[in-house]
Amino acid sequence: MNEKEYKVSKPISDKIFGVIVVIFLASFVIITLYPVINTVALSFNDGIDAVRGGIYLWPRKFSMKNYKTVFAMQNIWTGAKVTVARTVLATLTSLFANALLAFVVSRKRFLFKSQLSLFWVITMYVNGGMIPVFLLYKNLGLTGTFNVYWVPGMISAFNMLVMRTYMEGIPESLEESAQLDGAGYFTIFKDIISPLRKPVYATVALFIAVWQWNSWFDAMLYNRMKTQYTTLQYELMKLLSSVMQQSGSAENAKNAGGNTITPITIRAAVTVATMLPIVCLYPFLQRYFVTGLTIGGVKE
Amino acid sequence: MARVKTEKTRKIPITMKEMKKQSFLMIVSFCMVVYGIIFYYWPLTGWIMAFQNYKPKKGLLGSKFVGLDKFRFLFEDDVFIKVIRNTFAMGVINLVSTTIMAVLFAIILNEVRRTWIKKPIQTISYLPHFLSWIVVTGILHVSLSPTGIVNDVLMRMGFIKQAINFFAHPKYFWWIVAFANCWKETGFNAIIYFAAITGIDPSLYEAASIDGADRLQKIRYITLPGIKPTFLILLLMNVGNVLNAGFEVQYLLGNGLVQSVSQTIDIYVLKWGISQNDYSLGTAAGLFKSVVSILLIVLANGLAKRYSEERLF
Repeated sequence: MNEKEYKVSKPISDKIFGVIVVIFLASFVIITLYPVINTVALSFNDGIDAVRGGIYLWPRKFSMKNYKTVFAMQNIWTGAKVTVARTVLATLTSLFANALLAFVVSRKRFLFKSQLSLFWVITMYVNGGMIPVFLLYKNLGLTGTFNVYWVPGMISAFNMLVMRTYMEGIPESLEESAQLDGAGYFTIFKDIISPLRKPVYATVALFIAVWQWNSWFDAMLYNRMKTQYTTLQYELMKLLSSVMQQSGSAENAKNAGGNTITPITIRAAVTVATMLPIVCLYPFLQRYFVTGLTIGGVKE
Repeated sequence: MARVKTEKTRKIPITMKEMKKQSFLMIVSFCMVVYGIIFYYWPLTGWIMAFQNYKPKKGLLGSKFVGLDKFRFLFEDDVFIKVIRNTFAMGVINLVSTTIMAVLFAIILNEVRRTWIKKPIQTISYLPHFLSWIVVTGILHVSLSPTGIVNDVLMRMGFIKQAINFFAHPKYFWWIVAFANCWKETGFNAIIYFAAITGIDPSLYEAASIDGADRLQKIRYITLPGIKPTFLILLLMNVGNVLNAGFEVQYLLGNGLVQSVSQTIDIYVLKWGISQNDYSLGTAAGLFKSVVSILLIVLANGLAKRYSEERLF
């Protein structure tokens, strides 16, 4: 059977299937993007005008007032500062700790290699639960401090396993020749393994950073009373839940004394401000999390 | 005792020299173990609270033991029974729906041959994964509100006459949660299936084309069997997480009107343990969840061992 004959006899079912593919993917893209674009449009729209509804992909009455209001809010700035600080600090410390542990666990000659591995794998499946953990942090004096954001979660067995899988792929001869030259294990970790495994470092760093940036529950649980340690997401959450109760009616907007901002648009503006950094960054880091996930996910 | 590892017939003897060489590894391991004991193993001792009438002032050693009283209270509480049902139901619905969506999306996107279409769609599909649940539920509240886009579209298409307040009716809640999970994670979960499909031998498809198979048949007989191992591993891995998949969304989307279907075990723990300060009851509910989760994992691992060569751990 030659190529030509095959092309002529392309079955009609394939054409129908092609149409289904297009419809499916088009709806997928619309459903994914529309709510996000709509939020952006709302955030640039005049508040009272937005209460009338009917804003879809583009602001009807353009206004920057929402953003001006949001950036004048002190708690948003505090939240932003704390969020940036915790994201940077936790990413650095956690990446270093996980990498070091993965390095130790992946040394084939290490005497306690399997025991140490098991010790950490168990933590993935068994944990104390919310209350014992809460009491532990309280006893350790972590609640009500900034440290609660980065100290407890520093080592995660999952991230460690992802890194271990990669480090095991490095030929042992590299390590042995370095040892002959008199290099200790820390030198091997710092100068041989780490430079070779930059992609997986980037993957894990991204996972940690996104997790940190999006966290709100720890701020609510451990630092509810400490407004100086609030986070951006938690501030957004408080704003959203207070808005929900008012249900964003036009009545409220008028009562605000001729002010042209309303809960709907303020909420949209804070949402956009919160998600902007990650939305701008993730497309460039795509290849890292894709490879990290495909190799780390299909473990062993 | 440390086991001597055999490797390619070469043994590493435990000599002082070897120990000294590995001292850096030992010191690091020791620190990591201390850290692990404090933050992961020590909280396990808190499980004792579930069998006590724990008073923070008296501590773990001084509080009175009450046996299974707390568990008895839990299982006589109608609310807790509903909470278990909600957690299981939403966990299963989420697991099934997100898995189906991820597989479907990966297969269909794989049918697109042009890279300039495929790549942007993939990038877009990852976007929701990077948004926090706060943002996602906020967006969902706007979209599903009586004046939101969903009601707008439904009314224009004539399906409904009056706007529905989706968050006021318990019957919608589980499906809203399932939709939220699918919206957020489909693209990201599909990554691994996409990789599995890419790993399928292309000659299989060529051979099928020569035999006159259409695209649907190729999916049915080549792609689906090709991703089956990945599908099974992920499914079994996630079975142990079924009870964990119920906190943030339910907490953020729930309200007084849908309380009976929105509360999950974690929310119950938060409500009793943290807000009402009944640490023992909260711990008991949490312990119940942990035990069931571990049983599910063991069960899943046993099934996996039995039905395929793959094991989880």
